[in-house]
Amino acid sequence: MDKNLKDFFLHIADNGLILGHRLSEWCGHGPVLEQDMALSNIALDLIGHARFLYQYIAKQEGNGATEDDYPFKRDVIDFKNILLAEQKNGDFAHTIVRQAIFDTYNYLFTSQLIKSSNEQLSGYAQKAIKEIKYHRYFSHEWFTRLGDGTEESKSRMQSALEKMWPYIDEAFKPAAYETALLKDNVSVDLPSIKDQFYTELSALIDQATLTKPDHAYMQYGGKKGNHSEHLGFILTELQFLQRAYPGQKW
Amino acid sequence: MNTEWPLYEVFLRSKQGLHHKHAGSLHAPDAEIAIQNARDVYTRRKEGVSIWVVESSQITASNPEQKEEFFDPAEDKVYRHPTFYDVPDEIKHI
Repeated sequence: MDKNLKDFFLHIADNGLILGHRLSEWCGHGPVLEQDMALSNIALDLIGHARFLYQYIAKQEGNGATEDDYPFKRDVIDFKNILLAEQKNGDFAHTIVRQAIFDTYNYLFTSQLIKSSNEQLSGYAQKAIKEIKYHRYFSHEWFTRLGDGTEESKSRMQSALEKMWPYIDEAFKPAAYETALLKDNVSVDLPSIKDQFYTELSALIDQATLTKPDHAYMQYGGKKGNHSEHLGFILTELQFLQRAYPGQKW
Repeated sequence: MNTEWPLYEVFLRSKQGLHHKHAGSLHAPDAEIAIQNARDVYTRRKEGVSIWVVESSQITASNPEQKEEFFDPAEDKVYRHPTFYDVPDEIKHI
């Protein structure tokens, strides 16, 4: 499998796996039962997206590779998810802000990916887009309600927004593999969806009566394997069984 | 201040042409979120194509204590069932 193509597949899959794993941490801890289930549903959707892509890579790689090799047998530096996906759950506000940002991006990204010249990616995007549309609806509704809610929910949302803000721009800065794949119309032209993204996010922030953070400093690196300390902790838990008992099956 | 979210009753239509049936109840801060919650709690296994929610407090229910006078009198009135007609063979699905 072409290295750039594999990296691009991994990038999309890792976004789903890592954010899905983060959301799964809420399972049994949700603020109310209904939200516990909603977050778990989204977690399962995202992990499902990742599996679809890992399965395809494994098939291309051959040599007995399986979908499990990618979540369980790679180290931090091999993961290509954006930094936003690995940020901690924090309180419900942090989770909702992270999710609303990701869903807004993911919806635009996946809509464009439908037009990819790569059939697998296009097929994935057509299937995933419906689920992502619901995720966006879910997180935007909560974003608005909590922002325009009580004094406490508003201040928690504002501080979550400040915290997540530096991790937005990375999504729109193409990694080397994305740039390389663009000429054959395989990847997504990220700058072309960036304006739309900020327009939508600003409208959401206004509607939620929150204030757009004014700090311009942005963090990059996840797409090429430079992660925050959080990913190491996620992998420690996620990979424990395979590290301690290699090849162990349920 | 009451911090508990109000209770909503959820009704699902399992497919086009059928009527909505009571599926259960859940808590939500408002009707829109109640629909979202109902989607996530009650339609995960393709149980529905349409959801209705109504705040439980908006439902007026019969009083369990009036069960006798309300429902028992119907017990010995079998003639109210349309079972005393001869249905022609050609008529199916009645």
